[in-house]
This record gives sequence, C-alpha cells and structure tokens, in this order.
Amino acid sequence: MILLLRAIGRYFIFAGSLFTNMESFRTYFKLVIDEAILIGYNSIFLVSIVSIFIGAVTAIQTAYNLVSPLIADYVISLVVRDMSILELAPTIIAVVFAGKVGSSIASGLGTMRITEQIDALEVMGINSVSYLVLPKIIGTIITFPLLVILAAFLSIWGGYIAGVFTEVITPQEYIYGIRAEFNEFTVTFALIKAFAFAIIVSSISAFKGFYTEGGALEVGKASTSAVTNSVIAILLADYLLAQLLLN
Amino acid sequence: MIEINNIRKSFDGNPVLSGVSGKFEQGQTNMIIGASGTGKSVLIKCIVGLVTPDDGNVYFSGRDFTKSNRNEKTEIRREIGFLFQGGALFDSKNVEANVKFPLDILTKMPESEKLDRVNSVLSRVGLENVNKKMPSEISGGMKKRVGIARAIVNNSQYLFCDEPNSGLDPQTSIRIDNLIQEITKELNITTIVVSHDMNSVMEIGEHVMFLYKGHKVWEGTNETISETDVQELNDFLFSNKLMRTLRQAQNGE
Repeated sequence: MILLLRAIGRYFIFAGSLFTNMESFRTYFKLVIDEAILIGYNSIFLVSIVSIFIGAVTAIQTAYNLVSPLIADYVISLVVRDMSILELAPTIIAVVFAGKVGSSIASGLGTMRITEQIDALEVMGINSVSYLVLPKIIGTIITFPLLVILAAFLSIWGGYIAGVFTEVITPQEYIYGIRAEFNEFTVTFALIKAFAFAIIVSSISAFKGFYTEGGALEVGKASTSAVTNSVIAILLADYLLAQLLLN
Repeated sequence: MIEINNIRKSFDGNPVLSGVSGKFEQGQTNMIIGASGTGKSVLIKCIVGLVTPDDGNVYFSGRDFTKSNRNEKTEIRREIGFLFQGGALFDSKNVEANVKFPLDILTKMPESEKLDRVNSVLSRVGLENVNKKMPSEISGGMKKRVGIARAIVNNSQYLFCDEPNSGLDPQTSIRIDNLIQEITKELNITTIVVSHDMNSVMEIGEHVMFLYKGHKVWEGTNETISETDVQELNDFLFSNKLMRTLRQAQNGE
C-alpha cells in the first residue's frame, strides 16, 4: 500500500515537472509534430484493421443474437453504431494503443535512461521530463481523438460490409439503423473518453519508462508494466466516466 | 575552477562518499581515480547535480551550486560539457544533429553559424565527413569524439569525462586522452576526468585525486604518484604486471 501511494505521489511530482523550466515554444512545436506523426500517423494501419474487424464481428454477433422476428433488422446497425461510438472505438482502441504506443514510449525512454541520454539532457540544463515527455503527451492528445473518430467510422463501415455481404441486413436497413434514434452526446462522450485515455496512456507509459533503472531486462519490464498499468487505468477511467457522464 | 567541500553521499544507508573535498584548477586536466565501486562516478555526478549529495558544497568559480535555485543551477549547467562513459549520443539523431543539439536548445544562433561551429568542433576532434552518420554506424572511439565535440560546442567552461577510455583499445585511448588535454589547454577550461586507467593517469593526470572506499586518500600529480607510500594507492597502482615490472626495472631489481 505504501509502495502504491509512493508511486502515485511520484507520478504526480513527475506530472508537475512537465511544466517547469520549459524550453521555447518553437522547440516544442517541432517535437510535438514529430511525436504526432510517430504516435498517431504510424498507428493508423493497426487502428484501421482492428476497427473494421470489431465492427464486422459486432454486426454478425448482434444478428446472431437477434432471434425474435419482432425486432427489426435495422437494430443490428443501431447496435453496431452505439457500441462503436460509445465503447469499441475509444476503449478497445485505447487498449490496442496502450500496447503499441505505450510500450514504445516506455521502452524508448527506458533505453534513453539506461544509456545516459536523459542524464546528458539534464547536464545541459534541460528539463528532461518537459523536453521528452510533454511533446509525447500533447502529440497523443492531438492524435488519439482523431484515431477514435476514424475507428468509429471504420467500425460502422466494417459492420456494413460484414452485414451486407453475409446478407443478415440490407444496405438500406443498415443505413436506416445507423441514423435511427441517434444521440449526439455519444460522440461527445467518446471524445471525452479519448482525451482522458490519451493522457492516461502517454503519461503512465512515459512515467514507467522515464524511471527505468538497470539494463535491457528492466527496459522490457518497464514496457510491460507500462502497458499493464495503462490498461488497468483505462478500464477504471472508462467505468468512472460512464458513471459520471451517462447517469 | 571547481571546488568541492565535504561531499557526503549514502545509498540505502551505505556510505559511498565520506566527506570528499578538493580543488580542480582551470586549464589543467584533473583526474579522479580509484578502483571500481569506490565512488568516482557518484562524485562526478554529485558535482554536476545528477546526484544530490547528502551534505557538502560544490563551487563553480565561486558560485555555490548546491545552494543555487533552479534557474541558477540551469545557468551553471549550461556552462558544463559532459562526456559520458558510453557517449550518450541521441540514437535518433545523426552526428551533426547530436553535436548541434546544445546550440539548437541553448542559443539563438543562425543555422549557418551553428553548422560552421559544428564542423569546426568535429574537425577539432578529428572527425570529418561523418556528419550524416547515425551513432549506430560509428565506432566506439568515434562516439567518444562526437561526445567531446558535443560537450565543447557551446563553449563550455567545465568539461567532465566519465571513464573516457572504457571499451577502447590502448592507441585510441591515448588519442582520446591527448585530445581531452589539448582541448583543456586550448580553451583554458576546467576538466575533470574520472578513470581507473593508469595509462591515462600517467599520460594526462596533471592533478590526480585518489579515492578509496569513498574517502580521498591521496592527491598529487602523475609525476609524484609512483613515489607515494599510501598503501591503498600502491595496491591500485601496481595491481597489474606491467606496472610491477616497470617498478622492478626502476628499482634495478
């Protein structure tokens, strides 16, 4: 318990030091663009694949469970839409994102730590937390919500492809379903979650990587720990946000 | 000049440095030597602030670094160049970008001026036509040279070198040692080298401090070191066969 509290305290001190002794805006601007490309653009392929299949599977499984003739077929696409926007796009993609980007952030910073590159920055009088971590967090905050929007769109499209090709639903019914009883707040909710998950994944992964001690083995452990902790924090935040905003 | 006064540091209750004091003069190569685990690297990291000492003071040209606030520390650190044991070059940047990095961050020089300065220091450390190579594409000795170039590119007043010869062959080691000494003289800077390599000590050790189990037990020059009667230093000095043979030859045995 004491160790957990100590780790939480250390995490908040780490977060606080992001905004002290900062470099010029120009320096951060270039770094944020680089990180946005590295984190966001390079994740598009994986996010697209996962989203399309999640949507397709959701459509098929919903159709499989709708056995009553009293339930209209358009409910399939309605379910795919709400599932995609509310949960699958932000949360599942955040978990996938934690695995890809979180481990990359942690191992990158961990390697910099054990090869004294972080010490080299500190000796130059540069706040290494702010210089290395802040651009990663801002880059993630910018790109992750965009990835979530893309994921939601592709997931719904994946449901359409699977539903129409397997003839469980007609194109007209699918389009009708995704427009029926649409509540705009679900999109706002998804973006709020995306914003929260972006901060969680990037900051926890950076924290774990930044304080790596030892050698290559510890870099691997930091990377694993970053993913595990990020996923737990995502699920916890997912529940809390649902409880707070959907009730 | 750098002065340290009564530096103490413990890790988990185990004392690593027990009240080390000394002066490191400008324009000469100061060396901190001792066996592995004796606190050399911790001392040098205490001096530059990478490790916070439990007690004691560090003065950079009279400025108390340990009592300085964050901004004052940053100012002093921007006058420091540090050559790390493994070079600590940024993996994602090529040689040119690594050397240019302090200028990008710490100055507002025009790009052309920065490139001139980078080429000038790379040329000074004997590296030409490697600007676009990545750190993974150059040898260990070249990494050390790039590290030295990065350390002096911003006209540093203080140069720290942590085990500059580790992992290098004897000839390359001597070249690196001589380079450090030449740069120290040319730029009239205060240089502190941490080493356990006796060749380096004999080559460039104008002022030598010997640490043993966290204590300073001897201080002198490379010319007086072999005449010492400090047992711990003698044990360290003559631990290899070559040095023992030389001593025997000197004594006419």
